[in-house]
Amino acid sequence: MAVVFVLWLREVKKYLRSRVQIVASLGGPLMYLGVLGFGLGPVFQRAGEGSYLQFMAPGVIGMAVLFTAMFSGIAMLWDRQFGFLKETLVAPVPRLAIMIGRTLGGATVAVLQGTLIFVVTLIAGFRPVSVLAVPLAFLLIALVAVVFAALATAIGSTIKEMQGFQMVMNFLVMPIFFLSGALYPLPGLPRVLAALTRVDPLTYGVDGMRGLLIGRGSAHFGVAFDVAVLLAVGVVFVAAGAWRFSKIEA
Amino acid sequence: MSDRPILRVQHIAKSFGTVLAVNDVSFDVRPGEIFAFLGPNGAGKTTTIKMLTTLLRPTTGSLELDGLDVTMHPTEVRKRFGVVFQDPSLDSELTAWENMDIHGVLYHVARHARRARCEVLLRMFELYERRDDLVKTFSGGMKRRLEIARGLLHTPKVLFLDEPTLGLDPQSRNQMWTHVRNLRATEGVTVFLTTHYMDEADRVADRIAVIDHGRIVATGSSAELKQQTGTDSLEAAFLALTGTMIRDESATAADQMRQVARVWRR
Repeated sequence: MAVVFVLWLREVKKYLRSRVQIVASLGGPLMYLGVLGFGLGPVFQRAGEGSYLQFMAPGVIGMAVLFTAMFSGIAMLWDRQFGFLKETLVAPVPRLAIMIGRTLGGATVAVLQGTLIFVVTLIAGFRPVSVLAVPLAFLLIALVAVVFAALATAIGSTIKEMQGFQMVMNFLVMPIFFLSGALYPLPGLPRVLAALTRVDPLTYGVDGMRGLLIGRGSAHFGVAFDVAVLLAVGVVFVAAGAWRFSKIEA
Repeated sequence: MSDRPILRVQHIAKSFGTVLAVNDVSFDVRPGEIFAFLGPNGAGKTTTIKMLTTLLRPTTGSLELDGLDVTMHPTEVRKRFGVVFQDPSLDSELTAWENMDIHGVLYHVARHARRARCEVLLRMFELYERRDDLVKTFSGGMKRRLEIARGLLHTPKVLFLDEPTLGLDPQSRNQMWTHVRNLRATEGVTVFLTTHYMDEADRVADRIAVIDHGRIVATGSSAELKQQTGTDSLEAAFLALTGTMIRDESATAADQMRQVARVWRR
């Protein structure tokens, strides 16, 4: 337990110390909120869908959580090449404890980043339907964070080179974001796209957040279904992460 | 000195695909001695250290540390050694104290003992004043000292040092060896080290093993090696044993990553 805690604490401390990185990481979401949010707002409104900012805020929060959680995978590549990973691998502790500490740390950082973006959306004009829904939304955000931090651990344990991670960013993380319905409504999509959005775990995260934060009618699948899917995917990804991490050779 | 070796290596071999990196290596290290493991690049030094430190499993042969089989009881063995790898393994975004403290938790050192021990070691390695500074602000020599201090935190019986003076200036190297020699007196720890600096091995090591092409080509004290080869310096003895041909190592993925990182860090 102490081992899990100390490795978790390490991730959180490093995040809180990296002020520049925190500010830099606001850039992407701010761009989407500012440029797309206000730029596409009038069209969205004319199509009879209401406020686009209101609609996309959960998507942008989901984006921040996804990117930050996946970034913990790249942090593992750094740790692998610049040493710290080895220090933990020769320690007399189970690999599983190390993996869980790291993954929970990465997930916590993602939740913190999600919180920051949530505050930014509030400033931009996003208004959740009820204050009571916010804590529930955070449980969902935490679940999304664990799902992707575990995926990042699995990937970070498998690939060894930075170039590999660029592939992951372009062919995995970006599609996960764009296919999640973070930026567009899910009903009425062309078949292929609809099918793709359904295999994307983030879809359920964003959908669930919408259901909680902007009203029941706005969840396409329903919050309960979203949570169920995320829990199932989370179990699979954590297992995959633990398995891949146990196979690392120094 | 007890007569049971603290490290016993018997006929170990390690192959990667068709490459035989270590080929039938055997040696013993006695408790409390400083044992130098020398060899040209690519001779099998690092592979041997990785096997001794449970990071790699030998293809054949047996390894014992403090009477425990390394492959059978990796966790027990890990508690008994400290290691400073060739590449730094500190977290440079954390302070010296935090690096020490995490290590203590990983090795199950109780909180109270951990604090006391961190303080003693940081003082011994002259880092106590800088304990709350981020490691990234440290010089190369300070980082190495911190790694050694950290490796000793859980009071190991054996300390592995893989080229601890690589890339350090002569002052830091000199200081490093003073520290290492003092360890036996203060910590009673057995030191297993590798280095490319023959004069350093000559000065600090009680016994030396020379490995080349995956095989041990000589073992003995510095004086014995010189006598055996009819030379008057350890460097000459080393060259007599391993030849003068230059060994090329192919760049590994790790080397390439390091290069990328150097560019990124600017």
